Amino acid sequence: MTEREQMEFDVIIVGAGPSGLSAAIHLKQLAESSGLDISVCVLEKGSEVGAHILSGAILEPTALNELLPDWKELGAPLHTPVAEEKIMFLSEAGGLSLPGVFIPPAMRNHGNYIISLGNLCRWLGEQAEAAGVEVYAGFAAAEMIYDDDGAVAGVITGDMGVNADGTQSANFEPGIELRARYTLLAEGCRGHLGKEVKQRYDLEKDCEPQTYGIGIKELWEVEPDKHKPGLVVHTAGWPLDKGTYGGSFLYHLENNQVAVGFVVGLDYSNPYLSPYDEFQRFKTHPKIVETFKGGRRISYGARAINEGGLQSMPKMTFPGGVLIGCDAGTLNMPKIKGSHTAMKSGMLAAEAVFEEWAEPSRQNPEPASYAGLIKNSWLYKELYRARNVRPSFKWGLIIGTLYTALDQIVFRGNAPWTLSHGHVDHEKLIPADQSTLIQYPKPDGEVSFDKLSSVYLSNTNHAEDQPCHLQLRDPELPVQHNYQRYAGPEQWFCPAGVYEFVEDEKAEDGVRLQINFQNCVHCKTCDIKDPNQNINWVVPEGGNGPNYPNM
Amino acid sequence: MKVLVAVKRVIDYNVNVRVKADGSGVETSNVKMAMNPFDEIAVEEAVRLKEAGVADEVVAVTVGSAASQETLRTALAMGADRGIHVVSDEELQPLAVAKVLKSICLEEMPDLVIVGKQAIDDDSNQTGQMLAAMMKWPQGTFASKVELNDSKAVVIREVDGGLETVGLSMPCVVTTDLRLNEPRYASLPNIMKAKKKPIEEKQASALGVDIAPRLTVVSVSEPPKREAGIVVEDVSQLVDKLKNVAKVI
Amino acid sequence: MSVMVIAEHDNSSLKLATLSAVTAGLRISETVDVLVAGSDCGSVAEAASKIAGVKRVMHCDDPAYAHMLAENMAPLIVSMSEGFTHILAPATTAGKNIMPRVAADLDVAQISDIVDVVDADTFIRPIYAGNAMATVKSGDAVKVITVRGTAFDAADQTGGSGSIETVSAAETADSSAFIGQELSKSERPELTAAKVVISGGRGMGSGENFKLIDAVADKLGAAVGASRAAVDAGYVPSDYQVGQTGKIVAPDLYVAVGISGAIQHLAGMKDSKVIVAINKDPEAPIFQVADFGLVADLFEALPELEAKLT
Ligand SMILES: Cc1cc2nc3c(=O)[nH]c(=O)nc-3n(C[C@H](O)[C@H](O)[C@H](O)COP(=O)(O)OP(=O)(O)OC[C@H]3O[C@@H](n4cnc5c(N)ncnc54)[C@H](O)[C@@H]3O)c2cc1C
Ligand code: SF4
Repeated sequence: MTEREQMEFDVIIVGAGPSGLSAAIHLKQLAESSGLDISVCVLEKGSEVGAHILSGAILEPTALNELLPDWKELGAPLHTPVAEEKIMFLSEAGGLSLPGVFIPPAMRNHGNYIISLGNLCRWLGEQAEAAGVEVYAGFAAAEMIYDDDGAVAGVITGDMGVNADGTQSANFEPGIELRARYTLLAEGCRGHLGKEVKQRYDLEKDCEPQTYGIGIKELWEVEPDKHKPGLVVHTAGWPLDKGTYGGSFLYHLENNQVAVGFVVGLDYSNPYLSPYDEFQRFKTHPKIVETFKGGRRISYGARAINEGGLQSMPKMTFPGGVLIGCDAGTLNMPKIKGSHTAMKSGMLAAEAVFEEWAEPSRQNPEPASYAGLIKNSWLYKELYRARNVRPSFKWGLIIGTLYTALDQIVFRGNAPWTLSHGHVDHEKLIPADQSTLIQYPKPDGEVSFDKLSSVYLSNTNHAEDQPCHLQLRDPELPVQHNYQRYAGPEQWFCPAGVYEFVEDEKAEDGVRLQINFQNCVHCKTCDIKDPNQNINWVVPEGGNGPNYPNM
Repeated sequence: MKVLVAVKRVIDYNVNVRVKADGSGVETSNVKMAMNPFDEIAVEEAVRLKEAGVADEVVAVTVGSAASQETLRTALAMGADRGIHVVSDEELQPLAVAKVLKSICLEEMPDLVIVGKQAIDDDSNQTGQMLAAMMKWPQGTFASKVELNDSKAVVIREVDGGLETVGLSMPCVVTTDLRLNEPRYASLPNIMKAKKKPIEEKQASALGVDIAPRLTVVSVSEPPKREAGIVVEDVSQLVDKLKNVAKVI
Repeated sequence: MSVMVIAEHDNSSLKLATLSAVTAGLRISETVDVLVAGSDCGSVAEAASKIAGVKRVMHCDDPAYAHMLAENMAPLIVSMSEGFTHILAPATTAGKNIMPRVAADLDVAQISDIVDVVDADTFIRPIYAGNAMATVKSGDAVKVITVRGTAFDAADQTGGSGSIETVSAAETADSSAFIGQELSKSERPELTAAKVVISGGRGMGSGENFKLIDAVADKLGAAVGASRAAVDAGYVPSDYQVGQTGKIVAPDLYVAVGISGAIQHLAGMKDSKVIVAINKDPEAPIFQVADFGLVADLFEALPELEAKLT
């Protein structure tokens, strides 16, 4: 066992996303208003706050208004109010726009802002530090610490300077034990510690399995005459087949920038499907392509997104801590918005934790009031009303759309039933011999690009000499099962070209799996979609991974 | 013995820089910044000298905007004892930085100054040499090994085609090359401790040196894209082209 | 305009980089003067006087300059600088060592590593490791410049008839002393310093097959590199890696064999003067940047190439 230094805090928060930073700021606010001092430490695996944040993003400022009502004066990076919005159903050659009046009220964006969530987090990070929170970027929480009673007692940060074979390099720097009365897990979608905690405390026993999507996004600088600040476009349909859930978003920000992205539900069944290539193809649609012609792509990245909604939300507290934000699945799928709900869940966690902490006589291992606070908040109401939309798309795009109109416009989300997702994403693949091979067009180098040129724009980097952070439980399965039966879906679903099946005379089956972990953009899709749940995503060396600007 | 190291805040080497559409420079807003990698090597070398008992104080200096303090904190977290932040909102050119460092040297009287051989933003590779000239000190540039004995520094330098060893009287200036050492990680406890180490702030404009830029950047553009050339028929044709057209073999 | 070029040499022969600096100088002025400082370096002064475009060679022979120590070279150059508007040196480790010192003594900016001359005051130089090009204009009376060799053709070594003038040594310092040097003796030049680099990728199929590359490298006096895929596959050690996370090279000739040409690899070699690609896949992205592409099976092409090189 490595000798580790120990440090104590009152509260440790893992992840400097909207949920973690909101929780941190609110804890300090509560302490300040009661004249108490609470020490709060935030760990962020990205090289800086915001480096690993990737979102659309349209921000509904509800939670921000509550957290920092004077955000305008404080210089929050909300510069572009939504001015105009469109929903389009695309066919291969054409498209049909849905007039604004038919957009269900809950899905309208009036009063919202088009932002870079990464930049909002950078700003929230500054606010947190100004409030006395200790924010440490470049340090990943690698393991949980459990005390003798089996409660979470903190986290251990990742070791630095470990060689690929696991031995210590000359620069080895052991991780630190950070101990705290409460640990808030705010790792975002499919957090790897959240996954462990959910299993250990069986937090998902009363909910449906979580379902996911993968969101791939690019940031463009377009020609000035094509730029309409405040314009929001969402599309459904082409290039996805009718059975696959997904669609695009296109947001015009400031400075001639356009964020464009594509989300594909990870319950897709054709193993040949490549979300990356669907996205590249989408941009070449006649209704879309003009925006990008003559423009310049400036960034690229991907991130998994929770789609399960209320039905899939686990119990959010456990002995010694709380799951917040997308680590718990608080995203509102019909709105494709999770930032405001993540922030709210963080603020409520701060309240629940503070209540326990401020009353030293209470010895609850769990911040007991959290569930009630959630249930009585607008967050719960919102997720309740949204709960039936995503599951209805298991019937396909057309019925899903019609059902959604009924559910959202007629019932306003209050239908007296709750639909079930009825699946786990990784079990949905159909064997390759029963699937059709998808021929994706070659990238044109102008609006569509190859994967590696895209990865380049994510600025991702991993120290070459370190153990691979994509762990295979069984190293034989990728070839024997994934490749033989499903034609190696990981080479298609990974948006960063991490997994490659390469011919190798020496390998038993003539192929072997090559894992280019250096390319990984930390989207977590492989941890979700691998048909055998054989891939376990763990944190690489702190500070490694993408370096997103403005994403 | 006192060692002075100079550190610069630059765009992180993992970030692919993007030229601004208007050609005025490269995009720096919301871009990850970090300590210039060669300066990390300089700090590491200084801290190792201290750990070896050769140096008793390591002073880190940075010249730059308020945000540069972060870089100074990194140097302190790696083991420097105190920092000097020469504040300047304008980005200073190497000549001006050398003048600023000279005025710091006159005050601090270090025995050894270690700086990175170049900053990975402007790639100038000048500051250390200029400082040495201004102080009339000898210089050991592009060092891959530094040994100190009896007020003398023996520096192995990386030169084209091999290595060169020079002996320098002290005080002197050393600029670092990649192979000098592998910088340590700043550990979490050391980052916390670094928050309490002293940083002295000075205004560049108050040092009484001429920091006006001598070069104007007219424009910054993307490097010309390589174009596909020709496809040759066979090996003979390839060899012929390389010999007679490209003249590279 | 009046230009002085600092000659780089080893006391017996002129280094080729000097010829590129002369060419850059001739873009500023019709003729240039060359300073040859060294010890017993008469033959170098002789050679310099024959370079086309050289009007005058200033020859300073003194043991103090035997190893071009910056502490001695800078005062000499400064003492000769009167009347010159431009002082140029090759952007070699020697030039980079000396010229900033000269500039500081003259209290002028130094302009590093220029790749183009726009006019007498304006130059283009790479910044951010060549990922951007800056056009800079100097307001100083004297421009102290280092010149990137690969960016300018070598001046003709014949045809000139410059005069040779002996100049006397300037003040020298004893604060620095040359102790020794160790020029790499290995048969293969170091990757980052080599004039020719030949790299193999995953297409090599095995580490064993790299001997095909070695054979060609021997003929070309080339250094051997590899793409990350070849390193990851264990064909060669990681210090062979050329690319974004490996070594950045810019030789006169770069030969990519069985390398697809992902942008991460290109980032490490795109500044090479001439790029050759040998790949059996005509669609490989490497062909989009190659000056000469050969669509062929490398296992046939390499031995043939070796045989045809003399
Ligand atoms: C393509 C896409 C488009 C979206 N569009 C919108 C939109 O328009 N509007 C909207 O409101 N929402 C949108 N969302 C959802 C929104 O981005 C998320 O709901 C929100 O980011 C969740 O916040 P979080 O704090 O829970 O997690 P995250 O934002 O994911 O932040 C988690 C942070 O924790 C860090 N971390 C993770 N694990 C560790 C660890 N072990 N140690 C240290 N640090 C760790 C991560 O690096 C990251 O910085 C979109 C999401 C995607 C993928
Ligand atoms: S390896 Fe996994 S987490 Fe990394 S980019 Fe690929 S799918 Fe995403």
